[in-house]
Amino acid sequence: MVSADELRKRLHLVPDPEVPALSVLDLGIVRELRTVPGGCEVDLSPTYTGCPATEVIERDVRVALEELVGKGNVRIKTVLDPPWTSDWISEEGLRKLESYGIAPPPKRSSDKRSLLGLSTPLNCPRCKSSQTERIAAFGSTACKALHRCLDCQEPFEAFKCI
Amino acid sequence: MTWDTCDPSEQYLLHLGDDALVLGHRLSEWCGHGPILEEDIALSNLALDLVGLARQYYQLAAKRIGSGATEDRLAYWRGERDFKNHVLVEQPNGDFADTMARQFLFDAFHLLQLEAIEQSPDADLAAIARKALKETTYRAQHSSEWVVRMGDGTAESHSRISAALQRIWPFTNEFFQPAEVDRLAAERGLGPEVQSLREPWLELVLEVLAKAQLSLPDIPQKLLRGKSGIHSESLGFLLAEMQSLPRAYPDALW
Repeated sequence: MVSADELRKRLHLVPDPEVPALSVLDLGIVRELRTVPGGCEVDLSPTYTGCPATEVIERDVRVALEELVGKGNVRIKTVLDPPWTSDWISEEGLRKLESYGIAPPPKRSSDKRSLLGLSTPLNCPRCKSSQTERIAAFGSTACKALHRCLDCQEPFEAFKCI
Repeated sequence: MTWDTCDPSEQYLLHLGDDALVLGHRLSEWCGHGPILEEDIALSNLALDLVGLARQYYQLAAKRIGSGATEDRLAYWRGERDFKNHVLVEQPNGDFADTMARQFLFDAFHLLQLEAIEQSPDADLAAIARKALKETTYRAQHSSEWVVRMGDGTAESHSRISAALQRIWPFTNEFFQPAEVDRLAAERGLGPEVQSLREPWLELVLEVLAKAQLSLPDIPQKLLRGKSGIHSESLGFLLAEMQSLPRAYPDALW
């Protein structure tokens, strides 16, 4: 029988379709991973409600795990509660985001100030300057907003803090 | 088959889903027509969020209704009289100020509505609300920023947003006029007594209007019954377009 550890290792190789620098584990959307006789069960939390990648992620997770436990033996459950928060992105995930050129979300989405856009400005993922401003609240995908660095002048994307 | 239902919890889910779907569809009409690129992207993102939210309500409703109901059936195979959305959300986009006025007044209501639903004893429904609340806060922040920016902007932007608020204002009373679907939901604790949301809503709205140098429109409200299936002429056109593909090609798949 395949161990939960082996399954977890396999999930480290499943990228988020829109931010391929991150694995589904880095994103913090895999809430539970259980081995059951003859297969496994996974609880997934969707990230942003309107994110079209949600179904692709589910399919990718299924295909990846089926390689280990066999076709038809992966049961995926969608768990809405507690709702996913950007706080669940792993430390490694935050580092990967930044080196990929996306400013990671500031920790603690429960901090209302960040919800109201009043938090301290983000650091530019390229030159690390803190002199940045938000250009647009919405970006190319449901999870990102658009910012720019006032020092190096580069525009950059930032993961929304929710 | 009409895919309608008499069960109060299912009806309530349809009401919530219809608001999200109809407003989401309206916003999607902006795609490629936004006043600036960033806002074009923002409006499409808002649309995506709301259609995603509608899907969650419909999926849950379909599960409960059973007998072959699916989210697609509920979205595409119900007629105008079966839709239980507020008449406000089906109003045409108008100009950007009209769209933002509609969005702002709805977002403020939506926030309060979801905060109440979050307390619902119906765990599946409460979970959807809890998740939606964070994104709704983000949307409300966006639409209020625009109301302030236009109201406190140039003479032209001020007169546009002012006229937009005048036009959309008479549709807001329906938020707080309980229909059958609200009464049954409130009795079961699924959702709020909508009358009780009027005061906190007005407070939210006034705070933003004051910042925007705008005054509260002083025009009579309309008596509306969208939540009971009586709609303005706009919904029929919207549905005709939105539902045309699945009706022309039943069971079409991507």
